[in-house]
Amino acid sequence: MARLFLVRDPRSRSAFLRGQSMADQRRSPLPALESDGLQRRRFLGYLLAAPTLAVAARIGMDTLDAPDAEAAIPSLPGPADILDLGDALTLAAMPTSNLIVIQMNRDGTASFAVPRAEVGQGITTTVAMLIAEEMDLPLEKVNVTLADARPELVFNQLTGGSNSVRSLYDPVRTAAAIARARLLTTAANQWGVQPSSLTVQKGIVKSRNGKTASYGSLAEAAASSRTEQVTAQPKAANTFKIVGTPQGRIDALAAVTGKKQFTMDLQVPNAKPTMVCRPPTTGGSVQSVRNLAEVKAMPGITDVAVVSTGVAVRGETFGQCIDAVRALKVIWGPGAVDAEDDQTVLKKLKAATLPMAVPPVLTSTLDAEFTFAFASNSALETNCAIADVRPGSAEIWSPLKSPITTQEQIAVMLGLPVTAVKVHVMTSGGSFGRRLFGDAALEAAEISKKMGKPVKLMWHRADDSRHGRTHPMSISRVRVNYAAGNVVSYEQRHTSVTTDFGHGLGEILTAVAAKLPVGDIGFSQTVYELSQSNPYNFGAVTNLLNEVPLKFHTSSMRNVYSPNVVCARELIVDQLAAKFGKDPLEFRRSFLKEDRQRKVLDTVAEAGNWGRKMPAGMAQGIALHVEYKSVSAVLMEIDCRPETVNRKIRDGVAGPRVTKAIMAVDVGLPINPKGVDAQMIGCMNDGIALALTSSLHMDKGLPLEASWDNYFYTRQWNTPPEMKVIVMPANGEPGGAGELGVASSIAACACAYGRATGTMPTRFPINHDTLSFEPKPKVPPVPESPTDGLNYAF
Amino acid sequence: MSQHTFKVNGKQVTVDADDKVRLLWVLRDLLGITGPKYGCGINVCKACTSHINGKAFNPCSVPVSAIKPDDEVTTIEGISGPDGDLHPMQEAWLETDVAQCGYCQPGQIMAAIAKVKQARSEGREISDADFDEIRNICRCGTYSRIREAVKSAATKM
Repeated sequence: MARLFLVRDPRSRSAFLRGQSMADQRRSPLPALESDGLQRRRFLGYLLAAPTLAVAARIGMDTLDAPDAEAAIPSLPGPADILDLGDALTLAAMPTSNLIVIQMNRDGTASFAVPRAEVGQGITTTVAMLIAEEMDLPLEKVNVTLADARPELVFNQLTGGSNSVRSLYDPVRTAAAIARARLLTTAANQWGVQPSSLTVQKGIVKSRNGKTASYGSLAEAAASSRTEQVTAQPKAANTFKIVGTPQGRIDALAAVTGKKQFTMDLQVPNAKPTMVCRPPTTGGSVQSVRNLAEVKAMPGITDVAVVSTGVAVRGETFGQCIDAVRALKVIWGPGAVDAEDDQTVLKKLKAATLPMAVPPVLTSTLDAEFTFAFASNSALETNCAIADVRPGSAEIWSPLKSPITTQEQIAVMLGLPVTAVKVHVMTSGGSFGRRLFGDAALEAAEISKKMGKPVKLMWHRADDSRHGRTHPMSISRVRVNYAAGNVVSYEQRHTSVTTDFGHGLGEILTAVAAKLPVGDIGFSQTVYELSQSNPYNFGAVTNLLNEVPLKFHTSSMRNVYSPNVVCARELIVDQLAAKFGKDPLEFRRSFLKEDRQRKVLDTVAEAGNWGRKMPAGMAQGIALHVEYKSVSAVLMEIDCRPETVNRKIRDGVAGPRVTKAIMAVDVGLPINPKGVDAQMIGCMNDGIALALTSSLHMDKGLPLEASWDNYFYTRQWNTPPEMKVIVMPANGEPGGAGELGVASSIAACACAYGRATGTMPTRFPINHDTLSFEPKPKVPPVPESPTDGLNYAF
Repeated sequence: MSQHTFKVNGKQVTVDADDKVRLLWVLRDLLGITGPKYGCGINVCKACTSHINGKAFNPCSVPVSAIKPDDEVTTIEGISGPDGDLHPMQEAWLETDVAQCGYCQPGQIMAAIAKVKQARSEGREISDADFDEIRNICRCGTYSRIREAVKSAATKM
């Protein structure tokens, strides 16, 4: 995908920072050329009028001139329709429109509010590293916070598609480079020397004759009195000292001391605990409440109100809210998908599968169909939001990945201008796709308006599991024709319940979709087209998506379509290898298109000792996935022996155990290898869960799962005792990483399972057909908290 | 409403609450101690794991009336030393950079401390079998770093 965000400025030599030369900007004797021979790029940025130095760069824009900015706002459906055009133009015309800003403070720290969500993926640490690198500041002197919803950013505040680093890499470095150059120039002017004669170490500027000045002491003098456009040339990659080195998370200390603040930890005046009694169906609404007054009189309860999603209760403690929710007697209207269960959905998916284009060649055709159950992107922190809605204004706190869309929806719902709705993006206790939608924020705003009071809304785990969004069920059919040692055609037809992308569009997708020769295909198809590529030379390849529009609450889950699509493909690759009489690794090596992919595959094969002898019932599996301009390959070893599968776990599932999991990953430029390592370990645990244990069972349109002891995400007793990630050395610009490893992991796990058992698995997760728990009642909608907790103390 | 007195993180507290309100909500909603997190409310996810008299337990599943006046409740906020030194388990967590989103981590650390002590009291060091018994969910999947950090901290506890 082309880099669209900042454009090389051909006028760079003339439009330059005041009083500086090329040499000043280069600021080191290091060569001006990148190691790959490309010239360092020059980008546009801004000095902003501010009391202390403030610098900025533009994201998501491919224009050079600020006044043209409004022309770049796409006229797209959805969020764009409800942001009043006048508002949009006004916002776009602001001199700071679409800018990300670094502020230099008097205390020597630099501040940056990143227009992205921190959901555990480590974006705040990564961005802090980029700024520290470019400014020559110690990492701990960079404060990165999460920006409030900024409607003028239009489509540039969506966290998704593993795109944050890719979209922020150049703008953040540009702004930081401008800041550094400006601080140097300021010191040089004060001392009457050339900026090129100065050096910087840990935020201290030094002259040749021993004068020093801290960035903090220069922050005011370096400030600009007017906003002006400047250019900058960020450091060459081969001079990086922080970027590319493993760094611990900047929020680690807060996390281990319990001080890291999540939404429900905030103390907003009078925002009392609030919960919702939800229907026994998906989307059912309240017809009547038989005991509203009685519940309102319960101990600690302050308010009870009927809202569009159920009956809201507000009280002194969440414990009392749970009791009130359980006590409510509600007559419910029908839901949206009451007649649907796993079997009815499967039947519809099969009927909707698009036909193959190439007819089977009887003696050399592989045909297979794979089924993937509904799955939950539930994070550990349930959906939650604080809302304080008043006449004429509203303030919201919530973990949000598309805060602008949420802000606009709340504005429409409350009948307020967008500018009257303040939306604070809170750090998130995980996302996995769940925070793409502001469901809790919208609900909290509705409840606060109805009750006329601030509310602290928390979903119960049962709510989150049953009424939170699901990754839809899908089937994937694959047909391969082969002859004379070659694969002639590879066709995949993926059919899924519609994935809701109503959260809005990310800039990268929007930009590229607009350039695709795909006519009027829908957004899902665009995402599918853009995310699915086949790394093998398999002759004529077609890969098509069809969707069945059922009104389940759906959304993307980490890595979206790829885990299911790639799992099916890699299992077929193993089958083909067997047909060709080749080893799975050898087969992949010989059919891969690129050396870069082969290198990653070889690395994992060597690290995992591919091909080693294993006892009967155990096997290795290997798989590869390419996406986000990155490559990952996974090798897993699985133990499917009865004594392992049937080991006893209280209120949990055991099943086959992955005993070893290794991934090699090439993300182009790994900005923080430690962060990449953590993300990939998480991807492997996700992939193992999707292959073996975690799914939702639909029953009358609602998942049966209501607890973590029903939804079997990987636990300590499932996780491989041995895990390793090999991050390949830097070899280019940063690719995406956050979701990358899920697809290769589910595939490697499935391939290992197939080789250990001798049968290719076709239904996922493999334990889905056995219901391994006693479903909790649907009425009342949440279970009572136990009282015997002390019996389990250890 | 009745009064409940007990010790939290070394301080004597008295709080007005209905007998059956679970301790988690007394800590979080009434006392403002937010280190223990909510993840399920039914003693499954273990995000609220804290200590009572040195043993790991889950306050989401204990009514406040079950806490006796001389009981000592310790949350993540109460495990550092008197001069603010981090607990060896917290130090190991930082060295290993265990946390991702961080939501489950207070509970993980509290469970890990108890697990090491439990193994010790049974006259052995913590092993893979012990790790397999830890029920705390981490949806980011930090399990392998948790194991590494606990092994490292155990040598310093």
